[in-house]
Amino acid sequence: MTSALESDSEADGDAERTGRSRGEIDDAERDPQPHTIRLELADEPGQLLAALEPISENGGNLLSIFHERGNVTPRGRIPVEVDVEATPNRFDAIVEALREEGVNVVQAGAEHYAEEVVVLLVGHLVDTDLSDTLRRVEQNPATSIADFSLNAPEGRSDTSSARLRIATRAGETAAALELVHEIAEEKDIHVVEPLAGGAV
Amino acid sequence: MSDGKRLAVLGAGAVGSSVVDLAAEYGHSVVAFADSSSASIDADGIDVAAALERKQADGVVGDDDPGAALDAEYDVLVEATPTTLGDAEPGFSHLETALERDRHVVLANKGPVAERYGDVRALERESEGEVRFEATVGGAIPIVSTVEDLSPSHVTAARGVLNGTANFILSRMAAEGIDYEHVLAEAQDLGVAEADPTFDVEGTDAALKCVILANVLSEGEREFTLSGADVEGITNVPGSALELAAEDGRTIRLVGEATREGIRVGPRLVPENAALAVTGTQNIVQLETTNAGQLNLSGRGAGGPETASAVLGDVGRLD
Repeated sequence: MTSALESDSEADGDAERTGRSRGEIDDAERDPQPHTIRLELADEPGQLLAALEPISENGGNLLSIFHERGNVTPRGRIPVEVDVEATPNRFDAIVEALREEGVNVVQAGAEHYAEEVVVLLVGHLVDTDLSDTLRRVEQNPATSIADFSLNAPEGRSDTSSARLRIATRAGETAAALELVHEIAEEKDIHVVEPLAGGAV
Repeated sequence: MSDGKRLAVLGAGAVGSSVVDLAAEYGHSVVAFADSSSASIDADGIDVAAALERKQADGVVGDDDPGAALDAEYDVLVEATPTTLGDAEPGFSHLETALERDRHVVLANKGPVAERYGDVRALERESEGEVRFEATVGGAIPIVSTVEDLSPSHVTAARGVLNGTANFILSRMAAEGIDYEHVLAEAQDLGVAEADPTFDVEGTDAALKCVILANVLSEGEREFTLSGADVEGITNVPGSALELAAEDGRTIRLVGEATREGIRVGPRLVPENAALAVTGTQNIVQLETTNAGQLNLSGRGAGGPETASAVLGDVGRLD
């Protein structure tokens, strides 16, 4: 596990978010990002609907709801996980509105990388600027390299193989693979990828 | 079980010879048997043992003209000559002649249904004869007939490991940590790989099988040929890549995918314990269906008697 790579990316991301919250960029110009909100609801009719209204009223795009009815918290409440897409300012407004409605918001934050995909790269990896290959995957806002391993038995100037574990945001795996293919084609590298949709 | 049929078998390689050898066991007789230079023809049934012995000893199956086999009094033409690309000749003409005579055709030769599926179906519509081709995909494994039973419109995708040679090489490389050239030489010694393994290791053979499956799935709405398939072989997969895959609980298999949208064949990462990670010369096909979930069919994808069993199964399905 090359944790150094991951922590670098987190640091970059934080810097970026901090910069934005200073108001240097108008919120309308920012891309909506996926966020996860964990709520706890009383087991009474209408509670879920009441909790969802502030999301649409504040311009959030509801992506998914995970309603754990069978799983009750020690306080007798039902945990619900809601994925929402919203710009940062709108997201803050949504959380505030939920709290005003008396909904118990347990946790709210930018969704981190939800999925991962492992690919192998084969070819003249070092000669074709391996750092550049990794940087380009890392620079994409939807992808991050979680783990990287190089196997160069013939020495670094010959054919070598690398294994990349790429963390991606929910639903971005196909786009991440496309990016890898694009870089690979340019550098005459072969990509060995898993089957789509996790088929085995 | 249908009545015994009179077979004309074209092609005297492993498959054709096994069909001739096993026909009687399935209640059929062989009235003609031909290779490229000779034939044995007898309306009362040829002497199978003698023909196979002469093929072994002298390289000929009899004293008759191979062209005359097509004119023999058969019910079913078994086309087991080598697969050819493009115009799929001479296999396609053999099929055409039989259908024009209102005879059935059972193919072991992939060429006609991979490269000229539309033409084959058009000829079949004009004929009293029927065309079947179970043996062209996955050897002994009943794939085409399974798709037929499920109804092609209820099968959304087919994927699998469809070339035993490539699978043998990849699984040996992974298990023994030896490189491609050494495993290929070993496979050639064992008779698993041919002297010229291009067809197998470049993915062509697996792609042809996927093209046939895509043609079956699209039921004539769209015709596929090899030229439209996205094909990559295993020659670019080094031992170092298999090692990295193994460290992560995975392995690499040459996987072919066929849908109504197209065909893709290439080395893919699969979990080591996945159904698709068959070892040695085994083949497997996974069918994704709308009502029956996922079906996994595995078994021997090549070999004379194995493939002949699929041919004779097709003969048994004919009226």
